[in-house]
Amino acid sequence: MSGKLNQKSSLPQWSLPYMIQIEPRLTEPPRWYPWAVSGAAIVVALILGGVLIAIVGGNPFASYAHIARASVGSIGVFSDTLVKATPLILVGLACSLAFRMRLWNIGAEGQFYMGAFGASAVVLIPLLPENASPWLYIPAMILAGLLMGALWGFIPGFLKARYNVNEIITTLMMNYIAVQWNNFFIYAIWTEGGFQMSKVFPRSAWLPRLTDYADKIPVLRGLTVHLGFVIALIAVVIVWFIIYRSRWGYEIRLIGDNPVAARYAGINIKRNIILVMMASGALAGLAGVSEITGVVHRLQGAISPGYGFTGIIIAWLAKLNPFAVVIVSILFGALILAGREIQPSGIPKMIQGIILVCLIASDIFLRYRVRIVRRNATIQEA
Amino acid sequence: MGESAPPIPNVVEMRSIVKRFPGVLANDHVDFELLKGEIHTLLGENGAGKSTLMNVLAGLYRQESGIITVNGEVKNFSSPRDAIMAGIGMVHQHFMLVPSQTVTENILLGLDDPRFRLRLNEYHPKIAELGDRFGLKVDPKAKIWQLSVGEQQRVELLKMLYRGVQVLIMDEPTAVLAPTEIEGLFNTLRTMIIDGKSVIFISHKLQEVMAISDRVTVLRKGKITAAGVKTSGITRQELAHLMVGREVLFHLEKKLQKTGKVILKVEDIHAENDKGLPALKGVSFQVSAGEILGLAGVAGNGQGELAQVITGLRQCTKGNIIFNSENITNRPAITAIQRGMAYIPEDRTHVGTAPNLSITDNVIMKKYRQPPISHGWVVDGNAATLFAQRLKEEYDIVVPNVETPVRLLSGGNLQRVILAREISGKPPFLVAFQPTRGLDVGAIEGVHRLLLEQRETGAAVLLISEELEELLSLSDRILVIYEGRIMGELTGGFESEGLVETIGLMMTGTALEKIDLGAS
Repeated sequence: MSGKLNQKSSLPQWSLPYMIQIEPRLTEPPRWYPWAVSGAAIVVALILGGVLIAIVGGNPFASYAHIARASVGSIGVFSDTLVKATPLILVGLACSLAFRMRLWNIGAEGQFYMGAFGASAVVLIPLLPENASPWLYIPAMILAGLLMGALWGFIPGFLKARYNVNEIITTLMMNYIAVQWNNFFIYAIWTEGGFQMSKVFPRSAWLPRLTDYADKIPVLRGLTVHLGFVIALIAVVIVWFIIYRSRWGYEIRLIGDNPVAARYAGINIKRNIILVMMASGALAGLAGVSEITGVVHRLQGAISPGYGFTGIIIAWLAKLNPFAVVIVSILFGALILAGREIQPSGIPKMIQGIILVCLIASDIFLRYRVRIVRRNATIQEA
Repeated sequence: MGESAPPIPNVVEMRSIVKRFPGVLANDHVDFELLKGEIHTLLGENGAGKSTLMNVLAGLYRQESGIITVNGEVKNFSSPRDAIMAGIGMVHQHFMLVPSQTVTENILLGLDDPRFRLRLNEYHPKIAELGDRFGLKVDPKAKIWQLSVGEQQRVELLKMLYRGVQVLIMDEPTAVLAPTEIEGLFNTLRTMIIDGKSVIFISHKLQEVMAISDRVTVLRKGKITAAGVKTSGITRQELAHLMVGREVLFHLEKKLQKTGKVILKVEDIHAENDKGLPALKGVSFQVSAGEILGLAGVAGNGQGELAQVITGLRQCTKGNIIFNSENITNRPAITAIQRGMAYIPEDRTHVGTAPNLSITDNVIMKKYRQPPISHGWVVDGNAATLFAQRLKEEYDIVVPNVETPVRLLSGGNLQRVILAREISGKPPFLVAFQPTRGLDVGAIEGVHRLLLEQRETGAAVLLISEELEELLSLSDRILVIYEGRIMGELTGGFESEGLVETIGLMMTGTALEKIDLGAS
């Protein structure tokens, strides 16, 4: 009864013979695939950035060469890149840990400040005598910073667990409290000669830098990368181990993926909300310690150009993978550093933005298959 | 268009439809014909390609090759809108409604009329009138979130009718309905047929297929095994055979055995539902080792709350739960798990599994606290993988490897993952809540066998189900629940004639002692 079917296509005449078809993926792509997609996204972003540089009259190749030189061109600048990356790694970890459980801790900035405050308090109250050994100073400052950060994470965590208060609002608001809390101390209590900053910490409260060993090994002269970078890498390994190899990490992943199933598996969700917020806060606090004792060496205002917020982006771009956080942080460190070289604002920030957009957009290739098919294939094969 | 052409018997013709998904040939040169004014069932197991074929017809997917004709005219749908314009509409398993808007607003959504000003008051009566005509009673001014699932389905139907659809595709519409609502839906469909419309009914429930449809087309693994067979000329066994490709045992061998000691005792349990209304009003019963206690009832009469109270996921306001002579009332869920209680939840994807985690992570859900899966606070990844691989073999979970996220699994495979996790620990007590919902015949049989195996090895099983047949063939005793109260208990003699009606009466609120058993 079908023989006399009308074979004419009902498509309009002007349509292209090919079309793009987007289908959801039904199978997992291979392991290397997400990395390849991210790499390709960065390449596309750099090309787009280059076009924009050319439009404003710059030479894209020269600009990129300059950026490369200014961030990874020599051991010296690469060391500076790592210095910039250090706090980013730690706040990136802080955010990835919380986000893994779908706790939207956007208070890493405040926790960073409280960490810095905790470390400073050890020197400035003072809790330790001026001439105490670095072996005493550094662990004490790290501990104080971790505790203050954890406290700043505990408050929103407790409020969420006990009263179901939205952690996005509380963590955001507590950022402002942390900044003003710090301001109070640098304006009123620990001010040095009326300036809005404390006195410089004693040398034994500085995290050792490579350049400190230049007397013995001259090659290290001028390398400002400090112990904080090593601490950050250790933290990466620990966080990775917790998330993927520990019982607690399993609970975090289960709650993050399906809290109802987690409850069904007998997991105490409220307890985990508080613990994860504290751990996240402690990591961001550690970033504050590292920055204040490794770079700034005194408590002052504006110790963070928004590291806590950049950490959110880093965690997201790294897809919450602790090792990817290191790579993304170094990339961002390089862009921050080199950006300042070519222009104080503008182009470098724009390139950062384009990279961000491209990486986020590239996600579609992970979740969907994009194919180009012949438009009239349906008619022909039949 | 078709004035001069000879009369066309087929409203819809699909010829040699091919649709591929990565790794699967979902439709392999499938032909399908729909007559005007018929209810045509598309039967097949999960993953047979029924929904895919209909999504092609509804304009949601594009076929790779093949032709669709509607009233003799070749159509090329690139969106559901095109299909609706051609008079073809589909009601999906998951409704596409805006919860915060009213019924009328949802129905008007996306239409050109009204253009700018929403004069809803003019449209309310129109919607109500359309509803009356097809027996779809629903308040046009009600907000979607206030409606039951059955009512929401009626809104979806009204949406299609309001758009003047001539061919209605319904994707497993009865899966979400209570038995009483199913009859209502069938009446509506019959009214539509009288009105000259045609219905395609996707299902894998043989009983319904025989009850409602004129003809059946059976799909198996993407291919047609029977095209447009009249339901009057075929038996359920034959259909099941066409569907799964082998004889299905409808009656399982159930060994006679003595029950052991009482495992679970539920005493006068009262509990509230999520909205704070009383859901359980004094439920008492006990389950012994080596028996399956069936709990029958229309969905939403307190079964969910009861399962949650027993497993520690919901607090009860009064009463006691005694498990192996230990009072575990209102203890946290972890207590029930540690005492060896297993629970197959009703909702596989939202409660039973974590969709983005691997099969390994999902099967260790209740075992990750003890060796060999974990030592101290460290999870032993190798032990977990080995455990998952063992379960994959034993329970026949069909996946390339145990690292696959469970969201990629079919319903049957997903249920096997849950069953493997719950049963592998040889639990003394098991709550199985609708364990076969949405599964195909082959998978249902597997689940039934596993439940009977539990019974034979001396476990106590509480089977909560809406499928009477399932309850009758598996249970040693049956309780019927209605509005949070037990209406009575039936023991033995499940083959007797009037029993189904008795249970039916109890399910609708008549206590057992008030039913005159002699009369039936």
